[in-house]
Amino acid sequence: MTVRWWREVGLRHAGGLVAVVFAVVPVLYVVSAAFNPLGTVVSTDVIPTQFSLVHFRSLFSDPARPFPRWLLNTVIVCAAVTVVQVLCSALAAYAFSRFRFKGRRGGLLTLLLIQMFPQFLAVIALFTMITELGDAVPALGLNTIAGYSLVLMGGALAQVWLIKGYFDTIPRQLDEAAVVDGASHATVFFKILLPLARPILAVTGLLAFVGVIGEFLLASIFLTDTRSKTLAVGLYGIIESDRSNNLGVFAAGALMTALPVVLLFQYLQRYIVGGLTSGAVKD
Amino acid sequence: MIRILCLGIAVGTAAALTPSLAGGGHYVVLTVAWVVVAVLLVTYGTRRAVTAKYLIPGTLLLVVFTVAPVLATVQMSTTNYGDGTRTTKQETVERILANSVVQAPDSPIFDLTVAGSGDGDFVFLLVDRATGQAYEGNRDGLRELDPPVTAPPGYTILTPKQVNDAAAQLREFAVPTEGGAIRQRGLREAYEGRAMLRYDGNAITDTQTHTRYTVQRQGDREYFVDANGERLSDQSWRAGVGLDNYRKAFTDERILGGFLRIFGWTVAFAAGSVALTFVVGLGLAVMLNDPRVRGQKWYRSVLLLPYAIPGFISILVWSGFFNQEFGLINNLTGLDVDWLGDPVWAKAALLLLNLWLGFPYMFLVATGALQAIPGELKEAATIDGAGGFTAFRRITFPLLLVAVAPILVASFAFNFNNFNVIELLTHGGPFTPDNPDAGATDILISYTVRLAFGAGGAQFGFAAAIATLLFVITGVLAAAQFRATRSLEEVH
Repeated sequence: MTVRWWREVGLRHAGGLVAVVFAVVPVLYVVSAAFNPLGTVVSTDVIPTQFSLVHFRSLFSDPARPFPRWLLNTVIVCAAVTVVQVLCSALAAYAFSRFRFKGRRGGLLTLLLIQMFPQFLAVIALFTMITELGDAVPALGLNTIAGYSLVLMGGALAQVWLIKGYFDTIPRQLDEAAVVDGASHATVFFKILLPLARPILAVTGLLAFVGVIGEFLLASIFLTDTRSKTLAVGLYGIIESDRSNNLGVFAAGALMTALPVVLLFQYLQRYIVGGLTSGAVKD
Repeated sequence: MIRILCLGIAVGTAAALTPSLAGGGHYVVLTVAWVVVAVLLVTYGTRRAVTAKYLIPGTLLLVVFTVAPVLATVQMSTTNYGDGTRTTKQETVERILANSVVQAPDSPIFDLTVAGSGDGDFVFLLVDRATGQAYEGNRDGLRELDPPVTAPPGYTILTPKQVNDAAAQLREFAVPTEGGAIRQRGLREAYEGRAMLRYDGNAITDTQTHTRYTVQRQGDREYFVDANGERLSDQSWRAGVGLDNYRKAFTDERILGGFLRIFGWTVAFAAGSVALTFVVGLGLAVMLNDPRVRGQKWYRSVLLLPYAIPGFISILVWSGFFNQEFGLINNLTGLDVDWLGDPVWAKAALLLLNLWLGFPYMFLVATGALQAIPGELKEAATIDGAGGFTAFRRITFPLLLVAVAPILVASFAFNFNNFNVIELLTHGGPFTPDNPDAGATDILISYTVRLAFGAGGAQFGFAAAIATLLFVITGVLAAAQFRATRSLEEVH
């Protein structure tokens, strides 16, 4: 290691390491708190020193905070909204990529514009709407996972641009050849384009999923009943009710929520970095 | 085959729901349901309209749950809708009349069972003592029931003790009937009395004193008042107020002061967050994007962590770090800063947290953009005698800025409406006692949500006006993003 190496490369590593420490400290703190048997703010250090599963056990046994129920609710909402969003977006992206029709350009631009308006800005109207809907059909009202999911499905076309961009890179000759062989437009879409577009479907699915799992505003207003909560509002309730003593339980729940998402991100890392540079923003 | 099945299910669901929707008077829901079914039938019932078949599912959801609520918000911003004005004028009149009933000697008597919804709404289950006919009565009216008599969905039968506990609320509760109303008398009994007030479409008249109460505007609400300005009832109703909500935002000094301060901070917060994350992310990208630096993949995997963890978790963890006594930050640095209780430090805390949340994203974006710049350009600059930093400043940086401009604008727009960070870290606070609606770190969206759903009572109309202003501002930002986005070229 020459002086020159240290000056030109070592400094770069030093900067990188500072960033790594900055990024990792809060993560380590959560891990440390989750396994710390005392679970209080005062007793928790950044570096894990003790190991106990007591908070994880408490998460699954305390009926006052039904973590398994919140987990189930969240999985249902995330799955339903993600599937609907990716499917609807893919369908529309197919039309925009392969068909030429009146209003195509206008439609695409309108979508881009609407996409920039976060749906939750209309929270007041959404609230009165879901209240009214609940009066008419109780299964879709306030404090129901179905009603909440339905409202989030308003973002069904959020991924059209990303998927359309990918469809555009798939040679048209492929579908033309299939049509010559007698395939219908539906066959072309489901049997040819969708399988080829798997990478972008995975990325848009992940983006939709992460957007839903982190949705807090509407959930905090729609889902106030303990058993109807999602993880976001449920975990918030745990930490908010007693900041200093509930840290351990919260951290255990947080860890179990974040771990699968982080693993998915790592797994899809290459695609995500590609998608980012073309303008995708995580909510 | 599947198509016919799906359409059949759609029609069947709508048809099955129709009687109860129509019976409950939910005509808006009913209409929307049938319009959706009609659109589906027209689109998928034929072999034509191939394009529409692909566009309709997402578009329907978008229109019903995003576009319509936005329009409804704008419409609501011209009303005084909120606590005390949730009902329509007709409903309010019915309630005022129903509350004026007195018992006459020939009034029918009912056996009463009270059912409650748990949030202050009730249903009376009644049996006429004279005829034995059973009824169900709510705030809207009476309908006949066939035995067995059960509580409607969402309501449970109250025990005598619960009825007793709800006495104050039940005194306000009456089931309107022709010319009068049914009211509670004792735990298990109700009577149908005659209204002492009469409504003729314009004014309410007291049939005994012959006092006329006409509609008059007081503040932003309408009431029935007599000639001396005395209110008949404190109940008001939802009414159009034109642009009053906007006038209030821009002329009421206290509100305007708060609004302008919040607007200023919203812009500063969004701009500051973008600038900080971009500078740090870019600096890091430049440092690490060098072929001699080993372990780039490793760096990227670790730095991806803050980006990958769901935001609400990170924010809640950080909110503990800022605790003055036990927080990690004061502990590690030996400071004694009141991070969340002081307006300036609370803002600094938000920016620091947002830096952590956002710099990995900017790092990834900047790395991508750097790698997309052709190496020959830099070489050419170096040959022309430019040093490392000059080459970066003159060649690399301008090119990079063009590439990431849309992302910077998008990030600005995202933070402009970044409710989660504000709500979960500072709740918009700290607050001053003279203005409990507008906190020191409130941004426009958190301010709107507090006006609508905060402890100070629902001010839906006014909050909708602020939300509408937010639409306009977001629209301007969107236009800026339009110009910065080169992807527009791909449309052709």
